[in-house]
Amino acid sequence: MSLPRRLLANWLPAYAALFVLFLYLPVMLLPIFSVNLSATPKFPLTGLTLKWYEGLPKTPALLDAAWNSLIVGVSAAVLATVLGICAARAVTRYRFRGQRAMNGLIMAPLVMPEIIVAVSLLIVLLSAGLSLSLLTVTLGHVLICVPYSISVLISGFEGFDRSLEEASADLGETTAGTFRRVTLPMMTPAIISSLLVSFTISLDDFIMAFFLGGNDVTLPVYVWGQLRFAAKLPSVLALGTLLLVASMVLLTVAEIMRRRAAARTQTTGGLLA
Amino acid sequence: MTAALEGTTPYRAPRAAPASFLKSEEAKGYTLIAPPFLYALALLGLPIVVVIAHSFWSQTYLTVDTTLTLDNYRQALFEPIYQDLLLRSLFISLTVSVTTVCLAYPVAYFISFHGGRHKGLWLFVITIPFWTSYLLRVMSWKVILGYSGVLNSALMGLGITDEPSSALLYNSTAVLITLTHAWVAFAILPIFVSLEKVDRTLIEAATDLGDGPVRSFLRVTLPLSLPGVIAALLIVMIPTVGDYVTPKMVGGTDGVMIANAIQAQFGRAMNKPLGAALSVTTMLAVTAMAFVSVMSLRALVRAFR
Repeated sequence: MSLPRRLLANWLPAYAALFVLFLYLPVMLLPIFSVNLSATPKFPLTGLTLKWYEGLPKTPALLDAAWNSLIVGVSAAVLATVLGICAARAVTRYRFRGQRAMNGLIMAPLVMPEIIVAVSLLIVLLSAGLSLSLLTVTLGHVLICVPYSISVLISGFEGFDRSLEEASADLGETTAGTFRRVTLPMMTPAIISSLLVSFTISLDDFIMAFFLGGNDVTLPVYVWGQLRFAAKLPSVLALGTLLLVASMVLLTVAEIMRRRAAARTQTTGGLLA
Repeated sequence: MTAALEGTTPYRAPRAAPASFLKSEEAKGYTLIAPPFLYALALLGLPIVVVIAHSFWSQTYLTVDTTLTLDNYRQALFEPIYQDLLLRSLFISLTVSVTTVCLAYPVAYFISFHGGRHKGLWLFVITIPFWTSYLLRVMSWKVILGYSGVLNSALMGLGITDEPSSALLYNSTAVLITLTHAWVAFAILPIFVSLEKVDRTLIEAATDLGDGPVRSFLRVTLPLSLPGVIAALLIVMIPTVGDYVTPKMVGGTDGVMIANAIQAQFGRAMNKPLGAALSVTTMLAVTAMAFVSVMSLRALVRAFR
């Protein structure tokens, strides 16, 4: 081993470890200060307490926001996944003119400033006579979830063995029957993964909910409102910790599902599995 | 979810089929893509057209006057306040995207070349913070950089400073740090994908032909991973230019960005046409900047080679 290569081999793992530390440290402060006795977030901690968590279920506005987030999240996840299945299937299974352009428009929210998407949508929804509510938030969330849903689903759909479907068709199944009895069961893990990822995006999204929500408040908008009051910070930290744990659990399950889907279709699971 | 960017990989052609078969296949393809496409057309394509139309209109109180005018663009481009905000937003998004790519590249390289069996796990561990609430991550930086925050109390506890510094929070540096932290994990994915595609035998060949590790990196690995670097640059640059939460929470008056002005026009100021013109200007400006950055990056890599 030459000297530069040995240096390279040594600094890279160290750098990667530091990098992970840099990524996680700020996030880890939330749980740490959420059990701190004093209301100002600084070291050293003054003592351990769960009182900030105990206060959470006693806040009606918070419970409303959580309920709203749940409704929006579930609806957005289901709708985005249904649309995602159509698009992912069209892209991986068929070939037609204008495919790239159509797919490009569907994926566009991924590479646009979210605020511009949100205000454009705001203008159109208002001029269409819709009043701002959880429905309009859901419409916005579906738009930003679909690209992620497609990405997750494609890694499950790609490399899917078409001879299985052909065999089913040869044995007399209709197209719909084949999809329901052959394709869908193979895709179940990818679909669950897409549902979870979409739900997480919707649960965490602030911009769409802020612009399109009107008086209906979801959890991130609730958190935003509370941040103006310094005294409310500890309970926001407690709530944030719970949201963080929820996101991480959902995403871990989603990733496990996605890999299972990729393994089931006998591919390397796209490139990242 | 580590597959977030796979959708952007080029389409792989299916097996060749007879023409008539292909025709019905084509019809099925259209039927399938119609729902998501029409959804995106109605809720993204149409709104963008409407915004562009609005940017040429004017508004007094609640009435929108549809006589065409360039006045909004004159304001968006030449009023010092919007000029400042736009330039600052462009500067911040350029700095953040370049920093992010530089920080992310070695990690993507490490995972791709030295990740071994645990590549998937590494990627998952690194990308998971990206998926946790953006708002909460910005909030934690507020906790770190605040006047009575973590960094100040740590500096005082270590005896480095005597009194808390108010210079850490509420400026554009705080915005830069927070945005870099928020996006760096996401930038790893496209770089990793393109590094995975680099044919390892080419690097061996370069080594066999006498190139040292640095030279073979600059002449083989880096040019071949350029598509990933470009993708990473763009997926950070374009969204960050319109970031609203970070400047609002940690930016103070010195860190206000264009998105805050856009929001104000759609909210309190009730001037949708100006807000629309600011949005269109921002999109065009960031597209131009992205184009120039990609061109200079290509030239730079070619020069190294």
